[in-house]
Amino acid sequence: MNSSVQTHTLNNGLVILTREIHTVPLVSQWIWYRVGSRNEVRGKTGISHWVEHMQFKGTPKYPINVLDQAISRDGGFWNAMTSLDWTTYFETLPSDKLEIALDLEADRMVNSLYDPQETELERTVVISEREGNENEPLFRLGEAVNQAGFSDHPYRNQVIGEMQDLQTITREQLFGHYRSHYSPNNALLALAGDFDTPAVMERLRDLYEGIPAMENGKFIPQPENTLPKNQRIELEGPGDTIYLQVSYRSPAANSADFFALTVLDSLLTGPSSLAMFGGGSISNKTSRLYQLLVEKDKAVSVSGGLQATIDPYLYDILAILPPDKSVDEALRVIDEQIERLQNELIQEAEIARAVKQAKALFAYGSENITNQAFWMGYASMFADHTWFDHFIPNLEQVDAESLKRTAQKYLRNDHRIIGIYRPRNNGK
Amino acid sequence: MATTSSNPKNLPGPETISRWTLANGIRVLSYTNPNVSSVYLIGLLNCGSASDPAEKLGLAHYTASMLSRGTARRSFQAFHEELENRGASLSFSCGMNDTGFRGKALAEDLEMLFDLAADSLRNPAFTPEYFERMRAQLLASLAIRDQDTSEVASLLFDQHLFPQHPYGHPQDGYPETIQSIGREDLVKFHAGAYNPDGMILVVVGAVSPEQVFSLAERYFADWLNPNHKSQTRYSLPDQPAGLIRKHRFLEDKSQADLLLGTLGPNRTSEDYLPVYLGNNILGQFGLMGRIGESVRSRSGLAYYASSSINAWADSGTWEFSAGTNAENLEKAIDLIREEIKRYVTSEVSEDELADSKSNLIGRLPLSLESNAGLANAILSIERFDLGLDYYQRYAHLINAVTAGQILNASQKYLDPDRLVIASAGPGNDIL
Repeated sequence: MNSSVQTHTLNNGLVILTREIHTVPLVSQWIWYRVGSRNEVRGKTGISHWVEHMQFKGTPKYPINVLDQAISRDGGFWNAMTSLDWTTYFETLPSDKLEIALDLEADRMVNSLYDPQETELERTVVISEREGNENEPLFRLGEAVNQAGFSDHPYRNQVIGEMQDLQTITREQLFGHYRSHYSPNNALLALAGDFDTPAVMERLRDLYEGIPAMENGKFIPQPENTLPKNQRIELEGPGDTIYLQVSYRSPAANSADFFALTVLDSLLTGPSSLAMFGGGSISNKTSRLYQLLVEKDKAVSVSGGLQATIDPYLYDILAILPPDKSVDEALRVIDEQIERLQNELIQEAEIARAVKQAKALFAYGSENITNQAFWMGYASMFADHTWFDHFIPNLEQVDAESLKRTAQKYLRNDHRIIGIYRPRNNGK
Repeated sequence: MATTSSNPKNLPGPETISRWTLANGIRVLSYTNPNVSSVYLIGLLNCGSASDPAEKLGLAHYTASMLSRGTARRSFQAFHEELENRGASLSFSCGMNDTGFRGKALAEDLEMLFDLAADSLRNPAFTPEYFERMRAQLLASLAIRDQDTSEVASLLFDQHLFPQHPYGHPQDGYPETIQSIGREDLVKFHAGAYNPDGMILVVVGAVSPEQVFSLAERYFADWLNPNHKSQTRYSLPDQPAGLIRKHRFLEDKSQADLLLGTLGPNRTSEDYLPVYLGNNILGQFGLMGRIGESVRSRSGLAYYASSSINAWADSGTWEFSAGTNAENLEKAIDLIREEIKRYVTSEVSEDELADSKSNLIGRLPLSLESNAGLANAILSIERFDLGLDYYQRYAHLINAVTAGQILNASQKYLDPDRLVIASAGPGNDIL
């Protein structure tokens, strides 16, 4: 029922991926720009995300009030996200309303206004977004761990940016960032759902072929590999909760090791899905660390975090502890389990189970049009769209030897960051 | 003008939703979604935290949390291996007047979901070991809640909007009430409150109605609880008499969260649709309606600002929320109150009305795309007795609402001078 992905490349370099799915009268369009916090230099952290906000502030054809109502009027759902490696904008809407989405994305690739007054109003909105994040102990801890995890690479910064930069970035810098990175050759458009490919392609050619390719002058950082030795970060704050985050260097998503680490993460902290829009999750109560931390009353929860990134990033294990529990004991358990993974061969059945769980999550996450279009574009940001189709076969390739080798290579207890957030004065 | 992009007959309705009532009162609804390989199950029972004793607040929530911690037939370990080995999930939750469960699995594993759900609801073990472990987990959640500005603002809001009423109490209780609950309290609550009468079960996915009904029969038809007591109903408070301003200081916070509002219509009230549509104009449409336009777009005061309607069987709330720097908090409150005043003194414009109608009707196919979306929609139909053809009639119902009806209905609930205004974050306590 689902046709395969078709790839179309326009003469200005814009890559368009289409997948017709006619199960429901919906269509989802995603446009991806290959720019994110990874490409930001000192003094301009957070600029990609702020530019994303400014893209909702109007063009001559779609002035601010028209733009923010156009999609909603047609019953559509739209938003945008900025991440480490990319910035993306999407619209999911009834299939007979696709034209508005096609037209407005092509328009704001080049015609956004960046009105100076709107830029100043958005400054306080973005600062408010950062302040909301700062309210969360885990944001503070994550920010400190990332700064320790990279000496120069912009992955050391949060996508939202540093407060000082949010206070000083100018309208001209925002507009300059937009003008230099928003071009067809730095973008990818993914479309899934109920449409006719030849008709849509004709329309997209009309909309985009007049927009020239350009030199983006993008800052490309040097990847950073092995973490420095034994770093420990301790933060204090109000409350009655201890957060323990242990972070290891993770491989780039297009590395074969990424799939083995996905299975290791599943064994340690339970399966997790890369899908962004629903599909549901599976609990992790039979995972090794849940069994040994939560079931042994040493923590109240444990989870893992692995992201698909262009450059090596950080893989995190996070445990939440009541104030009377010992961080060192939780850490000892984590280390002991990682040591087992480094020294013992994992039984085939346990690997097969992790793959079965990943398959189920994958099936759930592919059940809506929005995710189908998301996957094609997302995978193209760090690999290509076939990464998505090969995800399960690649997981099935993982064997006990490769798991052992990957655990030895990445989950190194001498090269990792231990981040601890403790209640001030030991709780109350 | 508002249109609908799809034929109403393609939406779920009496032709495609199957409905069945078991002898013990359980209503079973099923809908086949041929586009997927999974199934989704939701259920709802008539027992919730509104009956928690004052000194044991959190009892119903504690009980629901323990359902997935082992049964008379299955250990915690066996229960979760069955689920997780097959990539399935099943979780339990607790509301003021109901206890719910939702599960998801590949279609071939639907029977396992039925088996585990029935076993958990009917034979929970409440073993002392897991009872104490859960206490530690609940206390940890409360510690996190009490440092969360939006959660604390929400607690203050409920407390002052529903004085002397269970809805004013937190469903997850307080640390001291969780400490005072014993295992025998759970056993007693479960024996007296959990029952099949009035329970609703909805299954959507790659499954036939015949399969659903035969599984419902097999796992639930012999469940009876003649000892169960119905939940006491408490009379609802009036709208706030004036402006009630409350703020709780939380240390080391950069931003304050604001929640203000009043009572709203219940789900079956004739005011519900006009108010729901009016609220779309006021605090939802586009980048969060007039409220978002005023607080975020024109003033740059907040990252988020919107309003929402929460409607239950017997009551509802109308809530306005924003996250803002402490310095701008009073300004944000003033802007929201100004918008409320404008909204309750003059009719919405024809353009606004047409846009919001078109939005609500147009987004229906999207909200009914997934198994979960379909199951929630079918549950609402049954819960509030909206009629199996509700979504087929929806466009007509929305299109029939006038600006005059919106104003009349809204004025019954919303008054800029009668609001509970709660916030938490930087700044001195106002308690």
